[in-house]
Amino acid sequence: MTGLRKIVHSPVAWPLAGLIVLVIINAVMRPDFLHLRLLDGHLFGVPVDILNQGARALVLALGMTLVIATGGVDLSVGSVMAVAGAVAAVLLARGVDSLALVLAAALGTGIVAGLINGLLVSLAGVQPIVATLILMVAGRGVAQLITGGEVIIIKHAGFEFLGNGYLVALPFAAVLAAALFLTSHFGLRRTAAGLFVEAVGDNPIASRFAGIATARVKCLVYVFSGLCAGLAGVMAAANVRAADSYRVGENMELDAIFAVVVGGTALTGGRFLLLGSFIGALLLQTLTQTMYYAGVPPAVAPVPKALLILAVCLLQSERTRGWFQSLFKKGANA
Amino acid sequence: MSKTDESPLLALRGIGKRFPGVIALNGVDFTVRAGEIHALLGENGAGKSTLIKVITGVYAADAGAILLGGERIAPTSPRDAEETGISTVYQEVNLVPSLSIAENLCLGRQPGRFGFINWPATRRHARSALARLGLSLDVDQELGHLSVALQQMVAIARALDRKARLLILDEPTASLDEKEVADLFTLMRQLRSEGLGIVFVTHFLEQVYAVTDRITVLRNGELVGSYDTATLPRLELVSKMLGREMSPAAAASPSAAIEQRAATEVPVLTGEQVGRRGALHPVDLSVRRGEVLGLAGLLGSGRTELARLLFGIDARSSGEIRVGGSSARLHSPRDAIRQGLAFSSEDRKLEGILPWLSVRENLIIALQGKRGAWRALSRTEQDSLCSHYITALRIKTANAETPIRNLSGGNQQKVLLARWLATQPQLIILDEPTRGIDVGAKAEIEQLIAKLRRDGISVLFISSELDEIVRNSTRVLVLRERRSAGEFSGTQIAAPTLMHAMAGGHQAHE
Repeated sequence: MTGLRKIVHSPVAWPLAGLIVLVIINAVMRPDFLHLRLLDGHLFGVPVDILNQGARALVLALGMTLVIATGGVDLSVGSVMAVAGAVAAVLLARGVDSLALVLAAALGTGIVAGLINGLLVSLAGVQPIVATLILMVAGRGVAQLITGGEVIIIKHAGFEFLGNGYLVALPFAAVLAAALFLTSHFGLRRTAAGLFVEAVGDNPIASRFAGIATARVKCLVYVFSGLCAGLAGVMAAANVRAADSYRVGENMELDAIFAVVVGGTALTGGRFLLLGSFIGALLLQTLTQTMYYAGVPPAVAPVPKALLILAVCLLQSERTRGWFQSLFKKGANA
Repeated sequence: MSKTDESPLLALRGIGKRFPGVIALNGVDFTVRAGEIHALLGENGAGKSTLIKVITGVYAADAGAILLGGERIAPTSPRDAEETGISTVYQEVNLVPSLSIAENLCLGRQPGRFGFINWPATRRHARSALARLGLSLDVDQELGHLSVALQQMVAIARALDRKARLLILDEPTASLDEKEVADLFTLMRQLRSEGLGIVFVTHFLEQVYAVTDRITVLRNGELVGSYDTATLPRLELVSKMLGREMSPAAAASPSAAIEQRAATEVPVLTGEQVGRRGALHPVDLSVRRGEVLGLAGLLGSGRTELARLLFGIDARSSGEIRVGGSSARLHSPRDAIRQGLAFSSEDRKLEGILPWLSVRENLIIALQGKRGAWRALSRTEQDSLCSHYITALRIKTANAETPIRNLSGGNQQKVLLARWLATQPQLIILDEPTRGIDVGAKAEIEQLIAKLRRDGISVLFISSELDEIVRNSTRVLVLRERRSAGEFSGTQIAAPTLMHAMAGGHQAHE
């Protein structure tokens, strides 16, 4: 009883329940949904596709979780993906063969972008939405400049592996995303970094008075988010074997925010739930996949997504919860 | 109540207002005549702002009646009150800084036709409204570009333009310099002679005596009385505000044992000419080991400002601070904590608790902040700190994982004290540690102060309750009007002496 209670009251219960319901719907709709096959030592099947295609959103959601936990938001991640992808593609096209060098340049780009956001928010005191909107708008322009406005095709086996490779039986991108979540979780919880992020998001003034370098914490979460966006950009470019500054990462910042919110981290900052964001990102990817299969035209696809977000926001709002509770109480009294 | 009660401009009769768990106003009478400046005074929680909110229609009174010019009114909003002739000007001007002066003056009632604003008429109207106060400003300027003093003048002009009969000035002088205050007073006197009734809320007693005709004092939501300014001595006024009779007995006997011992020791904290432009005139102070330095003064006297300078929250514009004899770099609370200082803020909610985090996290946060992110306290260490302090301070909580917002005010305060004790400070600044908590918890916090002193920890103790200062301090520094008004020790620490210093005027000597 108490065990069940604990699960029901756990903050990740709702997104997890949503994911399970969605999987059941899919399994009923298409019996092959849960069918996994092993071909040439690689696992195939819809869940594997979901993991593989969802990997970028997972990585973005990881960085976004911490930014949102401090009470901010990072709108620039989609554009930063484009810039990082462009940097990687141009270096490869110029004949740079060292994968380490290419990766360092692309991820470094993400870090610099995050640093710009972080300094604007923490030192200049610009509203996070506005600060990151600047790079969201400017980023794609920068990516265009780097690629010269063309789609650059990538031919580099090592690089492609990042987006399409398999590690033992599993898609490498998904393994990478999961590993990143795990290391971040331990990195944040075994040190006091996670506590500092939550404290700053919960009450920045009290945190400063308690001796936390609030400006540094705020700046670093944007740097981390930029790094995640850089990695997601590399994964996207590797996946399609090209850098397309127009389309890559388009609307991905919104997916990342959705994943975090669906996962139970409040937009007002404070407590964050990495596991929730992980489940949230998978939930969104599964929903997208479901709509593909159901033949929902891509133009209409955002509607069910929006409805899902609405449902979660209502579930998280204290006012609606209170309203529901009062309904039940009335029912009990009657 | 004197015989000059010839049909007052504003008369409140038996106003009552309660909030859940608190009686904010209890049967308060308040009368303002036309052509008078009336000071409304009281310490924290006296009910001043609630009373003003009742008059201006922000709150509806639970009991009593409001009469304006003999007619009963029941304003339902500040706008409604404004239409009946009651206007309020706040310290933070409640106008729109990004709009022009003319727009602000005419907001909500622009001269216009067919839904379009008639700009020339708006400007003319604004100019004439300002001219009435002897002001000539470019009415197309953005209001936000003006000084606070001028913004207030515009707000007053707007009030007069709305045919105000009663003007409420809520701490208008808090951020003005002396010249601006003098200008404001000139204007207030001019308006008085035109028959306006003015309610003046302020913390500065000098200003009360400079400009007002009558004084009404509230305390704990009740009326203490209304007096003619000219016949009420300043000391008596303070005693009425603090709720103490002026019996010179009551002198407590603080333990003077520390005095001798510490005379030769290097003080834990020394401040020389510590000040901040616009907030605090330079002040000297020193705190020795195991000493409780009481910091007394009325609201707005600069107590919290001094504490914030010592803790590195605000930058000081003058002076030097030494910790343990050597000059200290204090640019942030982080610096201060590393020097062994601790600061429990008076504003528990805004500056103290991390509401959504647990008691455990709230308790260890300052110690963890001192250690930095990498040297995390293990869960075992955290749990033992929590169980130690929960027992030692008798914190009532379901367990250490309960979110702190679920605790009562007194228990939240104890968690915050534990937060600072866990950092093992040399000196702890307690700013109003007993505010808003129940009597039992108050007594426990006083016991804790005594224990800290015995353990050799120094305390800078700030309180509005004079009795608390007298009971707990080994030495007392009094601030008045943002400057030092004397230091007292030994048998000098007695309520009447301190009250003299807090009130000012005729200086008290021994």
